[in-house]
Amino acid sequence: MAAAIKQPGWYRGAIGALLGAAFGFFLVIGLRALMGLDIYQTEQTGYPHIVVPLITAPFGFLFGFGAFDYWFRWAAGKPTIPDDHSAHGATKWQDYFKFNTDHKVIGTQYVVTTLMFFLIGGLLALMMRAELASPGSQIVAANTFNGLFSTHAVIMIFLFIIPVFAGLANYVLPLMIGAPDMAFPRLNALSFWLLPIAGIIFIASFLAPGGSFDAGWTGYAPLSTGAPFGQSFFNVGVQFAGASSIATALNFLVTIITMRAPGMNLWRMPLLVWANLSTSLLVVGATPFVAGAQFMVLFDRVLGMNFFQFLEGGDVISYQHIFWFYSHPAVYIMMLPGFGIVSEIISTHARKPVFGYRLMALALIGIVVLSYTVWAHHMFVAGMFSWLRVPIMITTLLIAVPTGIKIFSWLGTLFYGKIHVYSTAMLFALAFIVTFTVGGISGVMLGMIPLDIHVSDTYFIVAHIHFVLFGGSVFTIFAGIYHWFPKMTGRMYDEKLGRIHFWGTVIGTWGTFVPMHWIGMDGMPRRVADYASQYGDWNLFISVFAFILGAVQLVFFYNMIVSWRFGPKAGDNPWRANTIEWQVSSPPPVFNFDEIPRVVGGPYEFGTPGARHAIMGGETAAEIPEPKPTTVTAP
Amino acid sequence: MTRLPYLKLVLATFASGTLLSVLLLIPNWFGDAASTAAPEIDLMLDVTIVISSYIFAGVCVALAYALIKWRVKPGDESDGLPIHGNTKLEIVWTMIPLLIVLGLGIYSWVVLDDIEAKDKDAQIVNVYSQQFAWTFGFPEQGNKWSEGELHVPVDRQTVFKLHAQDVIHSFWVPEWRIKKDNVPGITTDAIVTPDKVGHFQLVCTELCGYGHSTMRANVVVESEADYAKWVKGLDQKVPESLILTADQALEIEREAQARDGGIEGSGVQETGTDNQS
Repeated sequence: MAAAIKQPGWYRGAIGALLGAAFGFFLVIGLRALMGLDIYQTEQTGYPHIVVPLITAPFGFLFGFGAFDYWFRWAAGKPTIPDDHSAHGATKWQDYFKFNTDHKVIGTQYVVTTLMFFLIGGLLALMMRAELASPGSQIVAANTFNGLFSTHAVIMIFLFIIPVFAGLANYVLPLMIGAPDMAFPRLNALSFWLLPIAGIIFIASFLAPGGSFDAGWTGYAPLSTGAPFGQSFFNVGVQFAGASSIATALNFLVTIITMRAPGMNLWRMPLLVWANLSTSLLVVGATPFVAGAQFMVLFDRVLGMNFFQFLEGGDVISYQHIFWFYSHPAVYIMMLPGFGIVSEIISTHARKPVFGYRLMALALIGIVVLSYTVWAHHMFVAGMFSWLRVPIMITTLLIAVPTGIKIFSWLGTLFYGKIHVYSTAMLFALAFIVTFTVGGISGVMLGMIPLDIHVSDTYFIVAHIHFVLFGGSVFTIFAGIYHWFPKMTGRMYDEKLGRIHFWGTVIGTWGTFVPMHWIGMDGMPRRVADYASQYGDWNLFISVFAFILGAVQLVFFYNMIVSWRFGPKAGDNPWRANTIEWQVSSPPPVFNFDEIPRVVGGPYEFGTPGARHAIMGGETAAEIPEPKPTTVTAP
Repeated sequence: MTRLPYLKLVLATFASGTLLSVLLLIPNWFGDAASTAAPEIDLMLDVTIVISSYIFAGVCVALAYALIKWRVKPGDESDGLPIHGNTKLEIVWTMIPLLIVLGLGIYSWVVLDDIEAKDKDAQIVNVYSQQFAWTFGFPEQGNKWSEGELHVPVDRQTVFKLHAQDVIHSFWVPEWRIKKDNVPGITTDAIVTPDKVGHFQLVCTELCGYGHSTMRANVVVESEADYAKWVKGLDQKVPESLILTADQALEIEREAQARDGGIEGSGVQETGTDNQS
């Protein structure tokens, strides 16, 4: 027992969390006592004796869990414990519950954890749809309802879509570029462990007096600055999720820039790598803004500052500017990795090089640059400087151009290909093209100010975000999980169940989110627990399809769990793909490569006899046939 | 290599796009229209629907064609043609969307300027909002005050000065197509020329707390004479506290405008007419 407490791990983590919480708690009440204040401040925007432990306890846990052991020893000049890599890899399920520095273990931890949050966020959505199935009040009170949609959005955005992409890329990307691991494995592990902490804080807000945070995921001031105590959980939780996201992005940037295998120049990088490079550029630049905005709200609430207190000179609209300066790029943070996944899948399953590869990569960079200039299109009716609206409208509409390039290039990739549709991954990638086009078109409509004035803050917005985030991001997430499932587990999933999941998801998505456009345009505002009875029929229709959509996800979970355990062996390269991760075993060896591969060509050289992307260790140059340069131009 | 049946593809896109836009143009998406801005905005929606229908049809036709034509035969393990791109085609599908969105942008700008143009004979109405109620002040009629019911004259422009006492609310009458947030600390304005007599609902569209979904007010558009009679019949005046808050808001607004070097913002130009008794 004593040894268990000294070793980094769950025991020491639990003790660390308790000590951290106690430190924060006594720091606050001690300082308050010293200053002659009431020991406990229990106004709804106060509770410093709980807010501060909410910050210190996670750090205590991380210290105890071993996240900082190596760094602290090194910083203190003590001999570091030589890393014998015994913690690398996972041989039993318990290994996934350790502070593991192997990118493949971390990738799996990420994907599994985020899918759990997907389940929780989905259940919250179904509770909302149950409430909205008919006009009037059904199962929850209005302020509980506000808490439901706020936590639904926050969990789906910060704990599912953003990190699941980081998880998939964590697993696949180092393999793809021929690297033995990520650049900073310990930072990588820390990034992962910050996530469940954020999740626990968000969900714990339901226990707070006054209920969970209920000012929407946007948390507009001054509604948020005066909201019940649960709002502080949001302010603090976002810091942990944001820090996780920033650390991962830094890690990807350094990994991609410095650790590519010899021969992999920028124009030989798979588009998934390009996509994660672009996403990371957005995360490191934009995420600090949401962290800042939430700190300002927290300071207004707990420290009595007045960033957004309008009666004391605070500026209400500035919150929205800071918030959206992150949260619009965040939309692309949630989409660009999906673009990368779709490019990989479509090229592989159409047996054809990605059409216009360089323009595809440049379009990603174009979206990165433009997405920093469009934040205020969320504020066309917010009463901001009116002159800012037209320039922001133009940049917003322009972003449709690189996005269009991507759609057309995927279609171009299909032309003259040999299209295989047996894989559920390919089905999701193809369906993504159609649903995302709808989301893109409604996005252009929302960019046009006169139309936006009418539909802003209505169900049309709800329809649009779900077409881009569910029909867009989540479809690509499913595609990615199905595509790399054989690589990650070494086993094949059941395509029949995959098809049931696919068709159920497509029908559920369209049935749920298409009518939302209609009722929104007709006048139903968003974020309402109750609505005019004229919208009752459509809402019932939407709720029915939402439950179909929810139910069919159980097929997905069943398929994943059972196939992971009992699925047939998948083989190293079931899709006959060219990129490097498919040239190693499934699952890959603990250190990825015995010898770093050499990259000798583009990643999608389908149809060119003898063309190779990479030469793996162990192969000699003599075995490699000289590629015949063939030039074929499209008709 | 077989040549693409361009003509067939274009015709299929044209046919399905036309069919789709005809179908999508049938419903009256935005509902009844009751302001001079509404027809312009509705026309803009129709234009967008037609353009979008053709783009969507094009994507679907191309996808369907590819799936029918190049879906692999069972047992075929060979690769597709090694086509890496086509610069001309890529330029085309960059330039066409660019021209479309720039066109839509300019069109939107023109319409925006049009629907926000101020008339000389416009009257001013103050809209006060707080959790979870709307109240209205009529500064040009002795600062009369109405709770939960707004009357405005038909065929005359009304500039609504929007105020908020606690959190952000948003002023929206769907039939007018106009929406603007009520922001605490500043005064924003919504400009409407109602052109149909009738009863409408004012809906709060910015999440403002647990009572958000019930924050409504009745809106009555009536003839100038009926309107005058109704205002005259109001027996309450705007409470001091609201005026004070509004004046403070105006003060802040003026300072902000001075700071911005007189950029025409969301604020009030006719400050003198506000809240006069």
